[in-house]
Amino acid sequence: MQFALLIFESPEAFAARNGDGTDSYTAAWRPYYKALVESGAYLAGEPLEVPETGTTVRIKEGKRRVQDGPFADTKEQLGGFIIMELPSLDAALDWAARCPASSTGAVEVRPLAPAAKHRVM
Amino acid sequence: MNGSGHESTHRAIERVARESYGRLVAYLSSHTRDVASAEDALSTALVAALKAWPRDGVPQNPEAWLLTAARRSFIDLVRHQQVAVASEPTLQLLREEREMTLPAEFPDDRLKLLFVCAHPAIDAAMHTPLMLQAVLGLDAARIAGVFLISPTTMGQRLVRAKTKIRDGGIQFEIPQERELPQRLDAVLEAIYAAFGIGWDDMAGVDQRGRGLAEEAIWLARVLLQLMPREAEARGLLALMLHCEARRPARRGPAGRYVPLSEQDSQQWSLPLIEEAERHLAEASSRGRPGRFQLEAAIQSVHAERARSGHTEWNAIMLFYEQLIRISPTLGTQTGYAAAVAEAKGPEAGLAVLDGIDPAAVSTYQPYWAVRAHLLQLLGKTTEAVDAFDRAIGLAEDPAIRQFLLQRRG
Repeated sequence: MQFALLIFESPEAFAARNGDGTDSYTAAWRPYYKALVESGAYLAGEPLEVPETGTTVRIKEGKRRVQDGPFADTKEQLGGFIIMELPSLDAALDWAARCPASSTGAVEVRPLAPAAKHRVM
Repeated sequence: MNGSGHESTHRAIERVARESYGRLVAYLSSHTRDVASAEDALSTALVAALKAWPRDGVPQNPEAWLLTAARRSFIDLVRHQQVAVASEPTLQLLREEREMTLPAEFPDDRLKLLFVCAHPAIDAAMHTPLMLQAVLGLDAARIAGVFLISPTTMGQRLVRAKTKIRDGGIQFEIPQERELPQRLDAVLEAIYAAFGIGWDDMAGVDQRGRGLAEEAIWLARVLLQLMPREAEARGLLALMLHCEARRPARRGPAGRYVPLSEQDSQQWSLPLIEEAERHLAEASSRGRPGRFQLEAAIQSVHAERARSGHTEWNAIMLFYEQLIRISPTLGTQTGYAAAVAEAKGPEAGLAVLDGIDPAAVSTYQPYWAVRAHLLQLLGKTTEAVDAFDRAIGLAEDPAIRQFLLQRRG
């Protein structure tokens, strides 16, 4: 089964990206990523630029409404994602718990929906 | 009613709920096998108590009050379900209620309930959650948090397990003599899983059990009260008390992780250590050694440092050798390797680690933490950094992650 880890990061975690990489949050990411890859579960993943760089688009009454900033105005913001292949949700939750973001922000685990993809492709 | 009176009533309800919950659920479900309805009835009774007791005062016998209220609500529940299919024991309960025959002293069926929760026909992964809910009254959300699954999923699994108890023919009874050791083992395992500490805390253990330690100790005390002659039950309590004694020393300033070898033994709780020692001595006197007594013995050697100032690693290594013979888990093997390293040097410890199946340890965090530590002692810097990375990447507890990051350098 394939799962996505949606990684929600705190403002401090986003700010740490400008540092030299020696803070405990950033330093924990490389070993986490390495352990994940070596376990064979890792399929893909990308970090996202900081939330302030986001632009949100809606069509309301046929008109474009473009809003500067991310979709949701919450403290923790989506900072990246990882796609994994694992036998069970429990195994995916283990990897979410090990993710450095789970102790400073939050990590959502979502199964991918291949059936929904097949309907449109 | 003034505020403090209100508060003390609430505390009284909390205390009775905690002390009587399992007894009442066990009593209500032991004949009907309907744990879910018994729990529902008891929560209705507790809500009623929250309303009535602040108004009328705490009754003389709060447990009997709750039992009466819970029975009434239980019978209502059963009536609302199809009375046609109600079992004979349920009908018996209905008759008793009509005749208002309340037992003055109702029997303590918690032991049967514990055995039901850890019955081999129930998925082993559900033994601990069932106990926490049926005997202690913890809600599904709290249990789910500890077991790292969603509250909805935990709720569904608990419902499924209780349906199996009700409809699957699982009897509320003490197992026969020949089955007893194995069945008791399942109960002890489930209690220990609630405690949530794997081996010793040198490397950073599974932290999921955080917050349930007290509940697990409570369950072990209940079990021991019901089976005072079981050496392994006493061994389990001794083990958990030893670990609990060190809790204040396990975190430094700002929540920093402190490994066992660096803990200030003056911060360990002497009363808990003494209680653990009493239980361990009593258990050993029965001449029936077992896994939990051995694990408690290992912790007892560690505790000795509070008196002597040093750790007898040879003794720990020997206890681990016996432990591996009866319980060759990854935790035991890793703990043994750490003890061998202390007793005979890092090279020997590393050799033990090399003997463990590599496929089994790919996501087992303590293995990598011990490995990293030993490689570092041997000056194998590159390999040590690799092992540290693995241990850091697999760590769940931020304090342990931080500790390992610093050690890695």
